[in-house]
Amino acid sequence: MQTDQSVPLLKLVGVSKSYGATRALDAVDLCLAPGSIHAILGENGAGKSTLMKSLVGVVQPDSGRIEIDGRPVRITDPQTAARLGVVCVFQELSLVPHLTVAENITIADPPLTRLGFINRGESRRIARDLMARMGVTDLDVDTRCVDLPLTHQQLVEIAKALHRRPRLLILDEATSALSATDVARLFALLRGLRDDGVSSLFISHRMHEIDAIADTCSVFRNGAHVETFRVGARSDAERVQMMIGRSIRQVYPAKPPAQERRGTPRLELRGLGWEDALHGINLTVMPGEICGLGGLEGQGQNTLLLALFGVLRRMHGQVLLDGQLVRDAGPRSARAGGGRFALVPESRKTDGLHLEMSVAQNLTLAALDTLAPHGLTRPPREQRAVADMMARLQIKAASPDALVHTLSGGNQQKVLLGKWIALSPRVLLLDDPTRGVDVGTRQQIYSTLRQLAAEGISLLVHSSDQDELIGLCDRVAVLYGGRIAAMLDGPELTEERLLAAALGQAPATGSSAGQAAAQAGVPHTDRGTAPERRAS
Amino acid sequence: MTRLRSTLRQEPMAAAAALFLALLLTAYFAIHPRGLTLATATIWSNQVFVLAMVAAGQAIVVFTRSLDLSVGAILALANCVAARLVDGTPEEIALGLAATLGVGLLCGLMNGLAVVAGRVQPIIATLATGACFTGVALWVMPIPGGSISAGLSDLMTFDLAGTVPTSLALIVVCVGLLWGIPRLRKAGRAILAAGSSADAARNSGLDVDRARVLAYVLAGGFAAIGGLFLGLQTLSGDANVGLNYTLNSIAAVVIGGVALTGGQGTVTGAVLGALILQTIGGLLFFTGVAPLAQPLVQGLVLAVAISAGGINLLRQTSRLEFHK
Repeated sequence: MQTDQSVPLLKLVGVSKSYGATRALDAVDLCLAPGSIHAILGENGAGKSTLMKSLVGVVQPDSGRIEIDGRPVRITDPQTAARLGVVCVFQELSLVPHLTVAENITIADPPLTRLGFINRGESRRIARDLMARMGVTDLDVDTRCVDLPLTHQQLVEIAKALHRRPRLLILDEATSALSATDVARLFALLRGLRDDGVSSLFISHRMHEIDAIADTCSVFRNGAHVETFRVGARSDAERVQMMIGRSIRQVYPAKPPAQERRGTPRLELRGLGWEDALHGINLTVMPGEICGLGGLEGQGQNTLLLALFGVLRRMHGQVLLDGQLVRDAGPRSARAGGGRFALVPESRKTDGLHLEMSVAQNLTLAALDTLAPHGLTRPPREQRAVADMMARLQIKAASPDALVHTLSGGNQQKVLLGKWIALSPRVLLLDDPTRGVDVGTRQQIYSTLRQLAAEGISLLVHSSDQDELIGLCDRVAVLYGGRIAAMLDGPELTEERLLAAALGQAPATGSSAGQAAAQAGVPHTDRGTAPERRAS
Repeated sequence: MTRLRSTLRQEPMAAAAALFLALLLTAYFAIHPRGLTLATATIWSNQVFVLAMVAAGQAIVVFTRSLDLSVGAILALANCVAARLVDGTPEEIALGLAATLGVGLLCGLMNGLAVVAGRVQPIIATLATGACFTGVALWVMPIPGGSISAGLSDLMTFDLAGTVPTSLALIVVCVGLLWGIPRLRKAGRAILAAGSSADAARNSGLDVDRARVLAYVLAGGFAAIGGLFLGLQTLSGDANVGLNYTLNSIAAVVIGGVALTGGQGTVTGAVLGALILQTIGGLLFFTGVAPLAQPLVQGLVLAVAISAGGINLLRQTSRLEFHK
């Protein structure tokens, strides 16, 4: 293997990629030496995933050049990438669920007999060898992937990539599902590969992992490559600063002073837990408060919202609404009883809206029980309700009868909001309410949300946008691994603190402040007691 | 042994179907006036053969997370072509057989292209092509009739030198050739992978489109064999025999534990499902139950089979899973 140190294994020159108006990659230049482990660091939406996808041909860059061994290449699909030696371990698993471990690992080029049959014995042997190389011996390669726990699926995914004999192995958050032991095994393997001249591109949110394994680190922000440096050359604080950068603060409505948040709590969660996704969540939300749920993606934020909406069964702990225990009985009852919880789901196209129905039909759908008693719709009353809601949320549509899919994204989002506000809920749960919404509409949604809070509704908002959490929310609970890692309030609510908590780091200064704040919102009588089952 | 156990764990429905079929067959031959002889077994085998073939083909399409509503029409078309061509000298018969099978494969190819290249929903695409195939069948044979080599019929519908029913052996041979071989090659694996997760299969470099077309071609081939055998039994062709076979093939696939969501199940299971459905028919005949009650009983069996597949839902703790 020729590993001429002067020629970079991979070189990107001015690579750009836009999705609509969003610039996911902005003229990125990047160099990768042979035999190195190169870490990529950046916030959600910094362009890391798009970078990976461009390298393995899942997306095509709009402009710019990719070179391998100094020669320009066009990577049209993952197979071309693999032939060029670039193999990616995807964050979203690419395993075929109902095939076995061995079948998945050898799926792209299974060993064949002379007659063209798949040599299953050989296939098993290859799989066992690869798993052994990663230090995994307790995995039956004849198990179907769908029957494996997520950690093992992740290991199989890595073995599958290794089977392609990569020269550049891309690991996109590949350690997120692994146990500490498996991470250590993986790192040993990556070092072995590096010594054989194989480079790795290692994407992770976990800075201690980067310090442990990588030799070079590049920081990305807003689709642009900020800086590349030797690992150890920059402190944690400097790196966090680099990831955040300066960003244009959007106009958020003014927050009411914290003193106004008094009285009886609207919502109290005591030791809420569900399967492996939520553990001992204690949280109190006051009437009129906007409480944010922050953290890296998939740390339990969605699950917490679903739990409150009554979608999950067999939860531990208690939910109290205005001091009363909430019984676990599904979305129907979450809606019923004078509109208790309403959930505005994340993917509005699939989960929340009926795109082929009109604005009016969508707005009245959730509230049909009150608008149409005894199952009979009453058109004049409905029309009034629809007109009121459209005015209140400033929904721009040709008429109430316009089909929802003809509306802009922002207006669709407002229809979704209106559909649930029509129930006059006491707690409004929002899952990333401004994802894919343009800035102007964002401002309107923010002021609508603040207005709803002023009317006395409590809002629980999950957002993947740090800026939004800081600008919009009164307080933010940062989740990490299904637990509340920090509760940030008032002056603590800064990007540095938010990011540090999201990365699972202990805050550098005043380390107990976040902890204390998290507990301040919890009635102390309940702390430390064993989680109870919710009454049912 | 461990292999058997893991197969049982992965295919509990197929295992249950095998057990149920064993019970049914015991009852069938116990009630049968002439008991279990080679002759009665041959009659039973001939009765179940056609649906077994159609169900095997349907299963392969279902593996890819599609459906083929034209299998009955292909069967009828092949039946009519056979009644026109499969007679005369041995050379003519051989050509006729090739033409019959070729028609089936060609119909399957058209289905596959309509679904994959034409991007038409499988149900709509095969509903349309099925109507076309029926039209062609009516043109080939406007009224039931034609003729089929009686010699070939005798060869196929009796027994193998006093050992087993020929048609029973044929089921094994046909399934082995048309699915057993592809299953052990890349092509068959791609078919299962395409249905299990088309995105994962594509990301892994499998040609999902080709796999889906191949599934339809194989289903066409199986349907043609079914149509040919039907001709060998009746010695004639009929353009309108198909519809029941289409619906029953879907029922058989479900009873045999093939998941309509794709990627899961076995062709053997689907064949067992077909045998169960047809055996119930025979059993009811001998027990003197009114023929009109037959659909009711078959429907109940289907309902039980489908409910059994839903038992896993009781273990789900997220209500969102109920609706997937």
